[in-house]
Amino acid sequence: MIAVRDLRKAIGEQEILRGVELDVAVGETLVIIGRSGGGKSVLLKHLIGLMQPDAGEIWVSGKNIIGMSERQLTAIRQKVGILFQSGALFDSMTVEDNIAFPLREAGMRDVKAMRARVNQVLEVVELEGENAKMPESLSGGMRKRVGLARAIIRRPSCVLYDEPTSGLDPVVSDSINRLIRRLQERFQMTSVVVTHDMKSAVHVGDRIAYLHEGRVYFQGTPAELKQCDDPIIQDFLLGRSESATH
Amino acid sequence: MIARFFIAIGASLVVFVRYLGEVVLLAADTFRSAFTHRLRWRLFLQQIVEIGLLSQVVVIVTGGFTGAVFAAQTYFQFNKIGMGSATGAVVSVAICRELAPVLSALMVSGRVGAAMSAEIGTMKVTEQIDALRALAVYPVDYLVVPRALAMMISMPLLTAECIGFGIIASYLIAIVVLDINGTYYLDNMVRWTRMRDLIMGTSKAFVFGILIVFICCHKGLTTREGAVGVGRATTEAVVVSSLAVLISNFFLTMALNIVYPAGYQ
Repeated sequence: MIAVRDLRKAIGEQEILRGVELDVAVGETLVIIGRSGGGKSVLLKHLIGLMQPDAGEIWVSGKNIIGMSERQLTAIRQKVGILFQSGALFDSMTVEDNIAFPLREAGMRDVKAMRARVNQVLEVVELEGENAKMPESLSGGMRKRVGLARAIIRRPSCVLYDEPTSGLDPVVSDSINRLIRRLQERFQMTSVVVTHDMKSAVHVGDRIAYLHEGRVYFQGTPAELKQCDDPIIQDFLLGRSESATH
Repeated sequence: MIARFFIAIGASLVVFVRYLGEVVLLAADTFRSAFTHRLRWRLFLQQIVEIGLLSQVVVIVTGGFTGAVFAAQTYFQFNKIGMGSATGAVVSVAICRELAPVLSALMVSGRVGAAMSAEIGTMKVTEQIDALRALAVYPVDYLVVPRALAMMISMPLLTAECIGFGIIASYLIAIVVLDINGTYYLDNMVRWTRMRDLIMGTSKAFVFGILIVFICCHKGLTTREGAVGVGRATTEAVVVSSLAVLISNFFLTMALNIVYPAGYQ
C-alpha cells in the first residue's frame, strides 16, 4: 500500500529525516514510535503529500507522490484519511458539518443520505447525538473522535493517525486505541499510527517501527520489540533519559 | 561597510521580489481555478454578504462625512473669489475620481482584509488548511476564489454607493449650512461631472479590490508561529494592502486620465 524510499527532509538547518525506508502492507497497522521531535509527524505528513521532501520516493497505491501537484494529489488523498494531532476540526462548523464536509465536497447533495452516513460514523466513534455541537464545546478526546469520523466517512483504504492518544487520560486513550483496532477489523483499513505512547503502540500495532535520528532503527512485531535488547530501544521502552550504555 | 549596506539592500530587494511573485502566482492560480473549477456558490454568497452587505454602513459614513467636509472646505476657499456655486462640481468630480474609490478601499481593507487574513491565518496555524488539503480540497478553490470574486463584484458597488452618499451629503451641507443656491450647485455639478468620472472611480475600485483580496489572502495562507503570527499577518495585511491602494492609485490616475480625461470637453 505504502512504500517509502530514502526519504530525506531538513527544516532550516536541522535534518529531520535522513533516509527513511518503510513499507506498509495492505490491511496492516504499522505504528511508528520514537522520541518527541524525532520527525514522526513530519514523516506522516509526507505520506499524504502535506509536506514535500528534499529527496526520496513515496509510493502510495503504486504511484510515486513526490513531485505531484496539489491537484494531482487529490486522487491519492481520496484514498487516504488522516487524523491530526489536534483534530484540526473546522471551528466554524458543527460536528455534523465537519463530518459531512468530505461528502459534500465530493458532490453529494442528498441531505438525508448524508445525515445517515454521518450518524453511522458517529456511532462507530461512539458520539451518537452530538451532531449539533460546535468544536469549541468538545473535549480533547471528543475532538479526536470527530476528526476520526471525518477521516473515515469516505471509507478510505488507509488512515494515518498523528498521536491519537496524546494529551488524553488513560481511560480515553484506551477507548481511542480500541476504536482504531475496531476500525481496522470492521473496514479492513490499512493504518499508520504515529505515537510515543508504548501502551497504544502495543495495543494497535501489527508491526512497530522505531524512528531514531531520522532513520528507521528497528522494525518488528510488538513481541519482537519487547524482546529486543538494543540499549537505544531499551532506553525508549523503559523511559530512561540517561543511556544504559553510558 | 559599503559592501554590507549593498548586501542588506540586495537581500531586501530579493525578499520583496519573491513576495510580489508569490502574490502574483496566487492571483494566477485563483483566476485559473475560477475558470476551470466549479464555484462554491454558498461560500461566494457568504462572502458577498460579508464584504458587500456588511461594509455598507462603514462606506456610507465614510462617503457622507468626506463629501460634507470636502464641500465645506472647498466652499470656504472658493467663496473668497466668488465661486461658491462651483463647489458642487469640484466635490462631485473629486469624489468620483479619487476620494470614493481610495477611501472605500482603505475602509474595506481595514474591515474585510484584516478579517480575511486573521481567519485564513488562524486556519493555517490550527492545521485546518492542512485538513482541507488532506480531505482532497484545494485551499485556493475553497478559500480564495469565493473571496476574490465577491471582492471584485462588491468593491465597485461599494464605491458607487460611497460616491452617491458623498454627493448627497455635500449637497445637503451646501444648501442647509453653507447657504449656496441649490440650482447653481446642481447645474455646475451635472455640467462638470461625466459618466467617465464614475467609470474611472469604479474601475479603480475593481483594481483595489483585487489588490486587497490577494494581499490579505496571501498573508493568511503564509501565517506562521501561532497567535503572534496571526496578529502579525493581520497587521501586515492591512498595512501592505493600504499602501498598495495608495501607491497604485497614483499610477491608475495617470493611466486612466489618458483614457478618461478630466474636465469639461
